[in-house]
Amino acid sequence: MKTFSSNYHWLAAGLVAGSTAFTPAIAQEDEVTITAVMHSGLRVLDPVITTAHITRNHGYMIYDVLTAVDENFTPQPQMADWEISDDGLVYTFTLRDGLLFHDGAPVTGEDVVASLTRWGDRDSGGQLIFDVTESLEAPDEKTIVWTLTEPFAPLMDVISKQSAVPPFIMPARVAATPPSETITEYVGSGPFTFNEDEYEPGVSVTYEKFDDYVPRDGEVSWMAGPKEVKVDRVVWTTMPDNLTAINALVAGEIDYIEQLSIDLLPILEAAPNVVVEMRDPLGYVTIGRPNHLHPPFDNKLVRQAAMDALSQENMLATMQGNPDYYNVCGAIFGCATPLGDETGSEPVTGGADIEAAKAKLEEAGYDGTPIVLMAPTDVVSLMNQPVVAAQALREAGFEVDMQSMDWQSVVQRRAQQNTIEDGGWNMFFTNWMVPEVSDPLINVMVNGRGDDAWFGWPDDPEIEEMRAAFVKATTPEEQKAIAVDIQAHVMDNVNYIMMGEYLIPQARSTALEGMIPSPVPVFWNMEKTSE
Amino acid sequence: MLGYILKRVLATIPVMAIVAIFVFLLLRLTPGDPAAILAGDAATPDQLERIRDRLGLNDPLYIQFFTWVGQLLQGDLGTSLISNTSVSSMIGNRIGPTINIALMTILISVALAVPMGVIAAWRHRTWVDFLVMSFSVLGFSVPVFVIGYILIQIFAIELRWVPVQGYVSPGEDFGDFFVRAIMPSLTLATIYIALIARMTRASMLEVLGEDYIRTARAKGVRENVVLFRHALRNAAVPILTIIGTGFALLISGVVVTESVFNIPGIGRLTVDAILARDYPVIQAMILLTAGIYVVVNLLVDISYSFFDPRIRY
Repeated sequence: MKTFSSNYHWLAAGLVAGSTAFTPAIAQEDEVTITAVMHSGLRVLDPVITTAHITRNHGYMIYDVLTAVDENFTPQPQMADWEISDDGLVYTFTLRDGLLFHDGAPVTGEDVVASLTRWGDRDSGGQLIFDVTESLEAPDEKTIVWTLTEPFAPLMDVISKQSAVPPFIMPARVAATPPSETITEYVGSGPFTFNEDEYEPGVSVTYEKFDDYVPRDGEVSWMAGPKEVKVDRVVWTTMPDNLTAINALVAGEIDYIEQLSIDLLPILEAAPNVVVEMRDPLGYVTIGRPNHLHPPFDNKLVRQAAMDALSQENMLATMQGNPDYYNVCGAIFGCATPLGDETGSEPVTGGADIEAAKAKLEEAGYDGTPIVLMAPTDVVSLMNQPVVAAQALREAGFEVDMQSMDWQSVVQRRAQQNTIEDGGWNMFFTNWMVPEVSDPLINVMVNGRGDDAWFGWPDDPEIEEMRAAFVKATTPEEQKAIAVDIQAHVMDNVNYIMMGEYLIPQARSTALEGMIPSPVPVFWNMEKTSE
Repeated sequence: MLGYILKRVLATIPVMAIVAIFVFLLLRLTPGDPAAILAGDAATPDQLERIRDRLGLNDPLYIQFFTWVGQLLQGDLGTSLISNTSVSSMIGNRIGPTINIALMTILISVALAVPMGVIAAWRHRTWVDFLVMSFSVLGFSVPVFVIGYILIQIFAIELRWVPVQGYVSPGEDFGDFFVRAIMPSLTLATIYIALIARMTRASMLEVLGEDYIRTARAKGVRENVVLFRHALRNAAVPILTIIGTGFALLISGVVVTESVFNIPGIGRLTVDAILARDYPVIQAMILLTAGIYVVVNLLVDISYSFFDPRIRY
C-alpha cells in the first residue's frame, strides 16, 4: 500500500532541498555530447500509440525498423532483407546478424511479429495490410513470414514509411502492451539507448550511444543505410522560446535547432558559428478540410466555390512571409514525391477567382448559411490560415463565422459530427509533413469511407474504388496513373483543399558535421568536431 | 498564537475542498480531449475511444471525482494522462527551480527596494525621490520578457558574463546556479523592486509624519535609527503583505520568464498541462497554488506580530 510519505517523496525533496533532478546532465569531460533543441518537448514515449512527430523522432533514436525508405521513396533493407513470392502473397523477411536489444537480448522473429501486430492495430496503412493478412509468423529466430489472402502491392512502402507511425521493433514482452495503452519499458535495438534517469517529460531527454549496435552496410540515404553513432550522448532539450534557442546557439550553448522561426533568421545569418539550412527537402503541406456532412459544404459546388475563393499564394505568404520558404503546389501527394501531380489544381494554385466562386455559389443556391470556421489561436503554424480564408470566403459571398479557440478545442470539436446548431463545424485547417500525405494509403484525407473517414467524413465510394485499385497496382507506372486519377478527383470533389507547401529551416553549429538530410532529424553519422 | 495557527490551518480544509471541486468541474466543462492529444492527428474515432476507456475518461464524472479524491487522501496526486509519469514526481522535479528563482528574486527585491523606498520617503520630493519613483514606473511598465531579452543581449551575448539560458541546481554547483539564476531573478525583481519600493515609500511617508518620529528626532536619535528602527518597523505591515503576495505569485509560476531563460519551473509545467488538458497535473498544480497562497498568507499574518507588537492573536 502506498503511504503519504512515499507518494510525496519527490514533491518533498523538491520543496525542501531544491531539486537536483532538473540539473542538465553533467557529462564526463571527454564525452562528446550534442545538445539539440527540438520542435517540441517529448512527453509520450510510445511511438506506436501517438502520431506526434517528436515521439516518432524518439522512436528512431532507440528503436530500429525492418526496412526503411531512401531518398527516392524506395524501401531498403534495414534490420531485415526480404523476398516476395511470385504470386505476391508471401513476404519472407530475414533478420541480419548482430541485432541486439539494449538489454543484451537478441532480436528475434517473435519480437518482430509482436511489434508488427501492435503497429498494425494502430496505423491506418497497417490496418489495411492486416485486413488481408492470413498469417504473420516467425518459423525461426531469424525469419518472419507474412502471408496475405490477396496481393497488397504497396506492403513494402507501408512498412518502410518514415512517418507518422513507422513499425518500430520492440521486445515481444513490450509489444504485448495493448495498442490503447502506453508502453512502460523503453528497450529498443536502435543506435541509441534511452537514459530513463535523466528523462524529464516535456523538458529534457538524454540518449547514449549503444555500443553493441551493429550498423548495416550500404549507403546512407534518408532513413536507410548504416547508422553509425559518432558521439557519446545526445541531449534533446525543449525551449519554448525560439529566440532563446537562437541566442543559445549563437553563444555556443547548444548545437542544433530543429525548427526556426522565419522572422528570426537574420540573427542567425549574421552569426559566423552557425549554419542555417534546409535538411528536410520535402517540408510540410497546409490544408483546409470542409465538413462534408452538413450544409453548405455537403454540396460539391459550394466546396468548389470555396476552393476558387482561396489562393495558395496569399495563404503561404501570410504564413511564411519569405517566398524562399514556401512552394505554391497543387499536388495532394506532395510536389516532390513519386506520386505527386498537380492535375486539376489551378483553382488554388492560380490565385483566387472570386467571380468564379460567386457564380458557383449562385448556381448552388447558397442561402447565406454561415460557415463555422474554427481558428486556433495558440499554434503559430495554424493561426493565420483561418484569418486569410475568412477574408477570401467573405469576398466570394460566404457568410463566415470564424470562431477563435485553442487547438485543443479544435481537436475536440472537429471530432463532433453534430449539426452546426449543436456544436458542429464547417471547416478547419491543419498541417502535415509531406511524407504523411505522400500516397493514397498514408494520406488520411483521401479516405472516403464516410463515418469511418477522417474528420470531415466524405462519403466517396469513387475514391475508395481508386484506393482499392492502388493496392492492387503492381508497377510504379500503374500506381502513378491511379494517383493522378485520385488527384483529379480530389480537386473536383474537393475532399480537402490543398493550400500549398512550406519549409522550415534548421540551424546547427559549424562544429556539427555529417548530418543526414532527411524529413526526420536523426543523430547518427554526425560528428561534433570541437567542444 | 498556537490556537490561532491551528484555527487557520483547519480553515484551509474547506478552502482546499472547494478549490478541488471547482477545479475538477471546471476542467471537465472545458473543451478538449487528452486522448486526442495523446493519440495525435491521424487517430480514428475508435482508437480515441479505446484510449479514453483506458484513461478512465469515459467513466461518469462522479466516479472520476471520487477516484481522484480517494487518491489525494492517500497522498497520491495521480499520474499524468499524457506522459504516464507520477504527478508528484513531475511537480517535485519542477518546483525546485521555481522556489530557488523566487527566493533569489525576493532577496534581490527586498535588499534593493526597501532601502530605495525608505530613502525616497526620507528625501521626499527631491531628485532622489523622483529617481526612485521613475524607476518604479519603468519597472511596472516594461514587460518582463523585454527586460529579459535586453539582459540576455548585454550580459550573455555581448559581454559573455553569464549563459543565455538553463538552470543548474544550487546543490549541484552553486556557482553555476548563481550565474544562471541571476538574470531571470533580476528580470523578475524589476517588477517587485518597483512594487515594494513604492509601497515602502508610501508607508514610510505616513509613519514619518507621526508624533513619535518627531519626538525621537527631538530627543536627538540618529536619523538612520529613526528611519530603520522606529519608522520602518511601524511601516512594515503593508510591506510584508506585498512581499508575501509577491513570493506566492513567484512560486505559482512565472511562465514568461521561465520560457525566456529556459527554466524548467512549474509555470511551464502548468501551461503545458493546460494546453494538453492533462487533468491530473492541472488539478494538482491548482491545489498546490492554493495551498501556497494559504501558507504564505498565514506566515505573513504571523510575521505581523513580530514587527508590530500591537498585533496579537
